[in-house]
Amino acid sequence: MLFGYHWVLDQGDLAYAWSILPILLHGLVVTIEATILGFVIAAILGLIFAVLRGAPARVVYMPTAVVIEFIRDTPLLIQLYFLYYVLPNYGLILPAFLTGAIALGIQYSAYTSEVYRAGLQAVPKGQHEAARALNLDNRRTFIDIILPQAVPRVIPALGNYLVSIMKDVPILSVVTVLEMLNVAKIIGDRTFQYLVPLTMVGALYLIMTLVASSLVRYLDTRLPKSGVRLQ
Amino acid sequence: MATFQFLPALLQGTWITIQLTIYSTILGAVFSFTFGIGKLSHLRSARYVSIAYIEVFRGTSLLVQLFWLFFALPLLGEPVAHLVGAIVPGYQPNVDAWAQAFRLEPVTAGVLALALNIGAYGAEVVRGAIQAVPKDQYEAATALNFTPRQALWRIALPQAIVEMMPPFGNLAVQNLKDTALVSLITLGDLAFKAEQMRNLTQQSVPIYTLTLFLYFGLALVLMGIMRLIEHRVGRWARVGGR
Amino acid sequence: MKPVVQFEKVTKRFGDFTVLDDLDLTVENGEKVTIIGPSGSGKSTVLRVLMTLEPINEGVVYVDGDTLWHEQRNGSLTPASQAHLRKMRSKLGMVFQHFNLFPHMSVRRNLMEAPVRVNGMSRQDARKRADELLDMVGLEDQADKYPEQLSGGQKQRVGIARALAMRPKIMLFDEPTSALDPELVGEVLKVIDRLATEHDLTMLLVTHEMHFARRISDRVCFFDKGRICEQGKPAEIFNNPKEARTREFLHAVLHPDE
Repeated sequence: MLFGYHWVLDQGDLAYAWSILPILLHGLVVTIEATILGFVIAAILGLIFAVLRGAPARVVYMPTAVVIEFIRDTPLLIQLYFLYYVLPNYGLILPAFLTGAIALGIQYSAYTSEVYRAGLQAVPKGQHEAARALNLDNRRTFIDIILPQAVPRVIPALGNYLVSIMKDVPILSVVTVLEMLNVAKIIGDRTFQYLVPLTMVGALYLIMTLVASSLVRYLDTRLPKSGVRLQ
Repeated sequence: MATFQFLPALLQGTWITIQLTIYSTILGAVFSFTFGIGKLSHLRSARYVSIAYIEVFRGTSLLVQLFWLFFALPLLGEPVAHLVGAIVPGYQPNVDAWAQAFRLEPVTAGVLALALNIGAYGAEVVRGAIQAVPKDQYEAATALNFTPRQALWRIALPQAIVEMMPPFGNLAVQNLKDTALVSLITLGDLAFKAEQMRNLTQQSVPIYTLTLFLYFGLALVLMGIMRLIEHRVGRWARVGGR
Repeated sequence: MKPVVQFEKVTKRFGDFTVLDDLDLTVENGEKVTIIGPSGSGKSTVLRVLMTLEPINEGVVYVDGDTLWHEQRNGSLTPASQAHLRKMRSKLGMVFQHFNLFPHMSVRRNLMEAPVRVNGMSRQDARKRADELLDMVGLEDQADKYPEQLSGGQKQRVGIARALAMRPKIMLFDEPTSALDPELVGEVLKVIDRLATEHDLTMLLVTHEMHFARRISDRVCFFDKGRICEQGKPAEIFNNPKEARTREFLHAVLHPDE
């Protein structure tokens, strides 16, 4: 029994599957929560990284670039272990879920910072030049001219990373976060019937990914290619 | 220095990680080409199988795939044996042997899961690169009476491979990072050794710092190798002084 | 003698658009025929149909006496199999407007690849033939270069040599100089001229180079809306066009600023 639900083992696979579905859905909720929190952290941290990376001063952008590369090229699992076991040494005792979300956020901030950078760079140089010719100041240029044109490229790319984050959430199971895969594994550990729970998790993931990807694709079509329309 | 006492054990794990990366990347490349080209096939069956493979292994989490191969697949041994026995006339399956065959060693499950996963992402890269070859090239090939297969292998693929290399470089590094997950099915790679050491000594900071740097080093070497391959493969594209 | 190319009531449609309209066209052995006309008139499509790059909707195409897009089985016509198309294709060679050289192969290799892979020629023989052809088009010293390193005119000459390497009976030229800088056009036309005068090739040429067409053609066909509007000897067509549409077209092309 888990989360107050009993599983049914002696009436065949279908009954078993049906009986553990509510349990898995509990895990699913945790998965979704971790995905969203991880994504928010990644989006914000990535923005900070992107700004630092784009700074003119060498003493700012060089170390930032190295840090981003380091985060990008090392496994999420190790980064997670690091945070989980090292932070308490410095008096920071966070719930496992939070640690997991932060680890996700840090790992993916390396990717989101690149999304921001690429999105901004894709805006044609001519736009900057036209703005300068019209004597717009830097702030106005950025907010009214550059940013709206960068957004249509940035949003779908971020959306794709949201889906990637969701697929990485199971790694949080190693620090006891009760996301979907962990729940399935616990059921399997106790019943020795791994096939049904793990297959269900796979199927649920597939459904979620397809739904999320379709949403991202829909968003992509709804955003005008030439930039967010300003009134 | 206290930190470096962990190095020998970690390096043992590093060697396993390197081997895992090599095997799974090569096998993954085989899958990528097979299903990437398969998705472009004239045969509907080849297309459907390729699309299914790509969607399933891209759309589910690597850890889920890994656990499924290691924990769930063995349970299919018996039913599959009975199924085969029912379908193939006169064949009495040795159920135990079948069940044993489906019980994968950690290393087999690990390499297979990694390869299947990275292969699915690579398949899309292969497909995209082949489709990016200009249609004119195929027309020239037809005009010279090449068969469609000759056109693919001698004309399109050599040009497509140049397009594939940069994304393949990224996928190779991603694969390297993914190998850390096999530690969770008790395979003694770098991540496993690190966790083992931590369990023994509780020295999280030096161990994990060292581990992160070791992975980083491996990643840099891997990127260097990929860039070398990219260079050699795309020699003809740069001859004109591009 | 049977014509080497024959279009019999050929219709080709792209969706709603009819690009070849009940077309009858004949090319005799050794003839050099030029097709001129406005865009969309179907000129290039004729070549592409012949080169088996586009199928036809109605009618029959004959190449060297044999049906191209059909096969004769028990006295009736069925759509051609891949094997039949390949057999017929070996009689044709094509030079493309945008050259379509294989960028990942050297010039020499571009010329050798098809003879070796398709015709089973040995590498030595193919290499010898490639060098001969490069000599003929004036590119002997470019054999080891890659297409990227060549000028447009050089690329097209390689394209011509590559098509010739397969020893086709009929050479098709699809606007061979239209993509070239004006000053590079001459070197390509010179090669085509040599081919026309020194070799017994049957040539079907689509071009805007009117003066060149006039010089090398045995016959000029003016295409309009998927049909031959008028055809005849170059002198007749260019000096004394009978149809109003032909006159209109020639005037616009030869005297654009009037």
